[in-house]
Amino acid sequence: MTRTKKDLRKAFLLVLPSLLLMAFFVYGFIGWSLRTSLSAWRGIRPDYTFVGLRNYVNLFLSDRFINDLWNTFYFTIFFIVVTVVLGFILAFLINRNVRGESVFRTIYLFPMALSFIVTGVIWRWLLNPTYGINTFLGLISEKLGAFGWYTVPTQTLGFHPALIALILAASWQFTGYTMAMYLAGLRGIGEELIESARMDGARETTIIRKIILPLLRPITLSAVIVLGHISLKIFDLVYAMSGSGPAFATDFPGIFMFETTFRGNRYAQGAAISMIMLLMVAIVVVPYLVSTFREETK
Amino acid sequence: MADYTSRDITLSVSWKRILLYTVLVIFALYFLLPVYMVIITGLKPFSEVSISRMWTLPVKPSLEAFADAYTRLVPNLVNSFLLVIPATLFSALIGSLNGYVFAKWRFRYANLAFALILFGMFIPYQSILIPLVQFHRSVGLYGSINGLIVTHIIYGLPITTLMFRNFYAEIPDDLLDAGFIDGLGIITTYFRVMLPLSLPAMTVVFIWQFTSIWNDFLFAVSLTQRPAVQPITVALQNLAGSQVVEWNIQMAGALLSALPTLLVYVLLGKLFIKGMLSGSIKG
Repeated sequence: MTRTKKDLRKAFLLVLPSLLLMAFFVYGFIGWSLRTSLSAWRGIRPDYTFVGLRNYVNLFLSDRFINDLWNTFYFTIFFIVVTVVLGFILAFLINRNVRGESVFRTIYLFPMALSFIVTGVIWRWLLNPTYGINTFLGLISEKLGAFGWYTVPTQTLGFHPALIALILAASWQFTGYTMAMYLAGLRGIGEELIESARMDGARETTIIRKIILPLLRPITLSAVIVLGHISLKIFDLVYAMSGSGPAFATDFPGIFMFETTFRGNRYAQGAAISMIMLLMVAIVVVPYLVSTFREETK
Repeated sequence: MADYTSRDITLSVSWKRILLYTVLVIFALYFLLPVYMVIITGLKPFSEVSISRMWTLPVKPSLEAFADAYTRLVPNLVNSFLLVIPATLFSALIGSLNGYVFAKWRFRYANLAFALILFGMFIPYQSILIPLVQFHRSVGLYGSINGLIVTHIIYGLPITTLMFRNFYAEIPDDLLDAGFIDGLGIITTYFRVMLPLSLPAMTVVFIWQFTSIWNDFLFAVSLTQRPAVQPITVALQNLAGSQVVEWNIQMAGALLSALPTLLVYVLLGKLFIKGMLSGSIKG
């Protein structure tokens, strides 16, 4: 059926309000933030005096921001690896005609219904160095039971062991999500394919490596993108669990931005941090969006 | 399925199955560990919340902590409902109209327009936060639930548009054309043919939006300052931040604030998962 020009114009008018909202509240505001990041605004009243890249230079000269970038780097890597690997393992296991499958699925996935704040509040208690899970770990080894979790201030090669607490909580929340994605993918792979490989005497590990994983690659990619963009802008969980931590051990750009802007009234600095966060997310997401659309229009 | 069971029986080497179930159960326990902790701690009177008895069941279980948490949090629970219901409704309805257009009416640059809308769901909200707060101040929305409602409707549009577009794309064009043969216009076709068909998608989007708006913290903490208007996430964080030692109240509060979304998840799990998976792009 052919669409007349008039109809298409009408269609465009229907989405125009949303486009205008996005133009103003997304793109306009990003521009406004960019302008703020290039200004001298410090204090309650806006001050848009242009200062060039000064705020950015200062950020990259500050120990706190460099520290935050390292934390983001390590947190992102470990969070993604743990969540993707565990999610795959669970999906793979659950897919083997498990009795009570839906019960297991429901249990693994329920943390996705919670807010980061709830997760953070609970895990802060669980990993509390004096109470918490350490009571258990202390039974295994005394050294293990004395681990300070999110209160450890030290670091090696830019990695703060305090991040382990956050990685644990975040992966607890999102493993069910990757499991659900992989499970949907596994259901799409024909059982016959795997069965015939088994008949041919292929080992289980070979089947996983040579057949299943390659077929699931698009899912892995989506999972990495989704988890990656969550971790690059992480804020709530950290805020509820540990804040910036001792010696900024659990500080992140999101926390720094919020504190410096709304607690310290350094709007220009906060805006600069937010622009760097946007850039980091864009580097991950834009290529993905572009390739998805290319494929679709093909 | 049948040959699996028969093979299991013939081999009778069910040690593999036993191992499988053991691993699954261990993981289940791991995921449930925090739940156990929340419940037993929430049921303890303050005197029992101590190091040595952290993992043990309460000796004299009481609803004291729950009652206390409830009194403190109930105004904020109400705020969250006042926020979530209209914000979910409007973001879903507008998203449904957008999704219909993007799925069935490819005007010039429709793809580009769609991509520009979609990008809004990935941005770190920090990057629009300062202007947003300034804007809310200047139009008098700052510090109000209405301000939060408007914010969540606007920034919810990308995801709702995406979800509906994916849904409508699956509906055959014939149905649309049938509407046109009956002399319906583009808008009437939407209301008479498409919208009624989209009921399943509508439920999925409702659940998704309900959960994500209920769970939002960044907008809530940045746009509201008075405890009287703050949503539950902010109130819980304040409760946990100020009462460092009263873990029993904190845990009870955490459970209370998670209850609505948990209930939705338990009752409508399948639709929840559907929404979650359609949120990860894919055309």
